[in-house]
Amino acid sequence: MQHEIIIAGFGGQGVLSMGKILTYAGLMENKEVTWFPSYGPEQRGGTANVTVILSDERISSPVLNEYDAAIILNQPSLEKFEPSVKPGGILIYDGYGITHPPTRRDIRVYEIEAMNTATNENMSKTFNMIVLGGLLKVLNPVKLDSVMAGLKKTLPERHHHLLPVNEKAILRGMEIIKEK
Amino acid sequence: MAEEVKLLKGNEAIALAAIRYGTDGYFGYPITPQSEIMETLMDEKPWETTGMVVLQAESEVAAINMVYGGAACGKRVMTSSSSPGISLKQEGISYMAGAELPGLIVNVMRGGPGLGTIQPSQADYFQTVKGGGHGDYRLITLAPASVQEMADHVALGFDLSFKYCNPAMILADGVIGQMMEKVVLPEQRPRKSEAEIRREQPWATLGKTRDRKPNIITSLELDSSVMEKNNLRFQAKYKAIEENEVLYEEIQCEDADYLIVAFGSAARISQKVMELARKEGIKVGLFRPITLWPFPTRRLNDYKDKVKGILTVELNAGQMVEDVRLAVECKIPVEHYGRLGGIVPTPQEVLEQIKKLKN
Repeated sequence: MQHEIIIAGFGGQGVLSMGKILTYAGLMENKEVTWFPSYGPEQRGGTANVTVILSDERISSPVLNEYDAAIILNQPSLEKFEPSVKPGGILIYDGYGITHPPTRRDIRVYEIEAMNTATNENMSKTFNMIVLGGLLKVLNPVKLDSVMAGLKKTLPERHHHLLPVNEKAILRGMEIIKEK
Repeated sequence: MAEEVKLLKGNEAIALAAIRYGTDGYFGYPITPQSEIMETLMDEKPWETTGMVVLQAESEVAAINMVYGGAACGKRVMTSSSSPGISLKQEGISYMAGAELPGLIVNVMRGGPGLGTIQPSQADYFQTVKGGGHGDYRLITLAPASVQEMADHVALGFDLSFKYCNPAMILADGVIGQMMEKVVLPEQRPRKSEAEIRREQPWATLGKTRDRKPNIITSLELDSSVMEKNNLRFQAKYKAIEENEVLYEEIQCEDADYLIVAFGSAARISQKVMELARKEGIKVGLFRPITLWPFPTRRLNDYKDKVKGILTVELNAGQMVEDVRLAVECKIPVEHYGRLGGIVPTPQEVLEQIKKLKN
């Protein structure tokens, strides 16, 4: 089983760290993993993206041109990556700031109102965890337990008291994601 | 006890592996996409544990000359940079080769020429394996294709460079430096004691003892007849390296009709291409040189009677392709595909090139 995932949005939305947590969760399940970020100057204020591959076998290319799942958090990323979702694949997007929603009919499209939920429910610091929750609900590439174990490993000990807040955000994401 | 599996960036793996190897000193100057090497070393503070020196020099030129100085004392010393910074180090590398000094240089390549871009590239192949600096010298060159190899090649590079008293380079690129993968780090080794260095590197300038003449480390020799002898000694050494130290990986080459030859991140992409091609019934194999110098010329030569054609995939305008053509004596078609200036080719576009080669 192999999951090829792209996560794309603005720099500062937690795109890279969401990918990192997903990758760590894969590590917890003894999967083969790669995490390849866009590391260009566009990261500050511009778009940022990361390719995450989780696999039961040795991973060949860390760089891809089509994906099983795309998580899209802004309009430029939607335009760039909607065409790259494999037919039958998944596209998850946050409608906030999206002026031209996805149009493809040969993929499964989900909307997650993570930005609004994060703002209204005082969860702005865990915005990316809400989105990750949505992914876990519809694709389930790793178990929730593994994500929490991965988070525990990536967060310094002094931040471990934030684990429940993150879990809450993931669960909220699972609730609010809906198929279009 | 099972080894702990870590999730690391390629650059972080190099830094941690350097500490574990018992490296005595790192001298560098920051540049994207390899700055995490020095950043990780600074975070780890190895001077408090193993005693390893980590120093940000005032420039790349200063850093390579600090490596020259450390190496002259028999120490395990290294530097790292990315393409423009590596250009600055070339004089020092040539001097190290001329003075027969060991040392490890890491180049996490980015797109050039000039200051270029910060995105991945493999355009420094010629510079690395054909010279770079002046004079008839060779640079042992390792091309890691995974984060695990980034870690492993630190020890391999140091071992080879000390075995032959010649500088060695890890030639990586922005993809391998920036990506995260699983890695198992080597066991912590102690740094060498001064007594060990005196025994194993009797040429080291650690202070003259009564029982021997002074050790002199220099690449200068004004007597041409002596300088020719020095050069002949270097050439004999290079020949021994070419005989004994070639490394490569062959993936599904046994039944292949077509071969992709690629190194580093291009080899990873090409492996995906191989999988896609085989799904379409095209028998493609992947030949991955791990040492770029010494180049696996002899092994590649075997394929001139076995495959119908070869495609080299490189993040450059066609550099290694020349060595592949020489290796197969131009007996079969050898084409090149590459993207330039920091663009990484996708598996799909390389697949199209394989189909072109077939037709």
